[in-house]
Amino acid sequence: MESFTTILQLFDSTIRLSAPLLLACLAGLYSERAGIFDIGLEGKMLAGAFAAGAAATWFGSAHLALLAAVLVSVALGLVHGFASITHRGNQIVSGVAINFIAAGTTVILGQAWFSQGGRTPSLPNAARFNPINLPGASALKDVPIIGPIYFELISGHSILVYLAFAMVPFTWWALYRTRFGLRLRAVGENPAAVDTAGVSVPWLRYRAVICCGVLCGVAGAYLATAQGAGFVKDMTAGKGYIALAALIFAKWRPVQAMFACLLFGFLDAVAIRMQGHPLPLIGEVPVQFMQALPYILTVVLLAGFIGKAIPPKAGGVAYVKER
Amino acid sequence: MSQPFAKLPAWADYGLLPLINLIVAFLVAGLVVLLVGESPIDAAILMVKGAFGSGDGVGYTLFYATNFIFTGLCVAVAFHCGLFNIGGEGQAYIGGLGVALIGLGLGNVLPWWLAFPLAIIASAIFGALWALIPAWLQAKRGSHVVITTIMFNFIAASIMVYLLVGPLKTMGSQAPETRVFGEGGQLPGLGWLLNVVGLNMRSAPLNISFLLALLAAFLVWVLIWRTKLGYEIRTMGFSPKAARYAGISELRIIIITMMISGALAGMMALNPIMGAQHRVQLDFVAGAGFVGIAVALMGRSHPAGIVLAAILFGMLYQGGAEIAFDMPNISRDMIVIIQGLVILFAGALEHMFRPSLQRIFQRFGRAKREPAPAVIAGGGQ
Repeated sequence: MESFTTILQLFDSTIRLSAPLLLACLAGLYSERAGIFDIGLEGKMLAGAFAAGAAATWFGSAHLALLAAVLVSVALGLVHGFASITHRGNQIVSGVAINFIAAGTTVILGQAWFSQGGRTPSLPNAARFNPINLPGASALKDVPIIGPIYFELISGHSILVYLAFAMVPFTWWALYRTRFGLRLRAVGENPAAVDTAGVSVPWLRYRAVICCGVLCGVAGAYLATAQGAGFVKDMTAGKGYIALAALIFAKWRPVQAMFACLLFGFLDAVAIRMQGHPLPLIGEVPVQFMQALPYILTVVLLAGFIGKAIPPKAGGVAYVKER
Repeated sequence: MSQPFAKLPAWADYGLLPLINLIVAFLVAGLVVLLVGESPIDAAILMVKGAFGSGDGVGYTLFYATNFIFTGLCVAVAFHCGLFNIGGEGQAYIGGLGVALIGLGLGNVLPWWLAFPLAIIASAIFGALWALIPAWLQAKRGSHVVITTIMFNFIAASIMVYLLVGPLKTMGSQAPETRVFGEGGQLPGLGWLLNVVGLNMRSAPLNISFLLALLAAFLVWVLIWRTKLGYEIRTMGFSPKAARYAGISELRIIIITMMISGALAGMMALNPIMGAQHRVQLDFVAGAGFVGIAVALMGRSHPAGIVLAAILFGMLYQGGAEIAFDMPNISRDMIVIIQGLVILFAGALEHMFRPSLQRIFQRFGRAKREPAPAVIAGGGQ
């Protein structure tokens, strides 16, 4: 029973830690499937988290915080779009720029507005997204096996966690069952064909970049108003890059993206739990190794040892209309 | 858009256009300064004063510039081959291991002028090896070098944290750093050089790795524009198809270029470790690898441009630290914003002002040839 509870807690924190990764990963999915590489997930998430922290402090409302995060993140996404779609600039350079702008601006503005060394003030619960107890969770709590699973694992997360996981089937549906999704995928593979069919390539790609911005903003809001209580300097700590790694790991597919994010979230949860606890046979695994594992796995995948990750064919290439 | 554009003269292409991009980046940065309630002009004056106002200021400016020359060259060499090496940060971090090997192992035995060349070789080899795997994966497996080098930055950071809080840590100390190197692991300062121009440097850590950086810049110029290998690298960068057709081995060029790139990043570790702190500390690279991207883009991947851009960023770093005393709202993170804006305007948006500039030049050129007003009006519509 003891170990059962431990495992449940481990999975519970896996879900919490995976949620922001999943949101950012799906964000990247929209963008990259449309042929716009996005290294700037990290920056957009960070800026979103800051906007959420600041807005929640000022207005005391989690929903306004979410809105602010989405707006700021979309704005940064549009900068990326302006550089890489309108001006056909290098998408990777543009993404790198956005990461730096976000990293610097959040600290400078945070210090200027709140004078707490770049963080926003701690938020009261009223200004946060709080855990929701699903109906019947308390009643079922004492039922063996199923009760704790329902109570611990499925119930008791913030609305944004449910939103993140709901985005998986939605994204699948949007991508594979709607006209927009078909065109989105087409524009990432062969923009010339989409153009020939009379669909505007730039407008389609801009919409993809906006979708990406919205989801990154939600991920940022989750970090600042659900997982944490306020924005902290460099809060994303590489989560945007892990999400990017998960996206490659999932080979740019939504359902697989969820499993990749759960895997990376699980590694994170295990790393936190294993600190100071030696494993049988292996001994104590350095925390740093667990932290580096998502990156190592991605490199191994990229090397083609676990199947080949083939990116969208027109990814990273600006579309030049033929004249 | 449909009219053919006149080709810009070289001075406009390499001087004016980057300058415009730079000015726009600084204007936007000025807006941020306004937003936090300080005067951008006062901030700029403070910054220039802090960077060049004293012997120590100049010393620090050039000390930071040394880092950025190395990392800028690292990014630029890869750029010439059409590769984007974001991994300078990790390569420099791992390069620090090479320096540590010499500094800890031989610092007490050898004089600095023997330890220095060995440390150069060691840091270059460590940096190059850290770039080798992404290079091999790119060349052989087609996995994008950008993604792999990002991943390798994180892996490098994990390795170094592990080593510095574990095996390499000084006995009985809490700080995650190695012990201080012996005499031989400490590079002489360059105070005498500043004395020549009448400046007095007291505590700034400017050291002879600055001269090494300048030498490296010259050697990169020779490599890229005066050797067969450099020609092959540039061919690959311009057109991989043409390079393949000409019988240039893609595998060989990608791997060699990335290893040179990594070696340059690795040598950056010499400056803060052997030149200033005389020990390996956590996060000694401090983002210099990423500044290299901005420096390479601003310097348009030419060593001369890179040295200038590196000095500019050195000025921002040193001046930025000085501003923080007078304007508490502006910390060194301001530099991160400027860095991002420079990358955005000089890199991703580099073509934004080109069409209008070309139009101006075209009209100007035409007006000179045929001063008939009708033509000017025709060109304007």
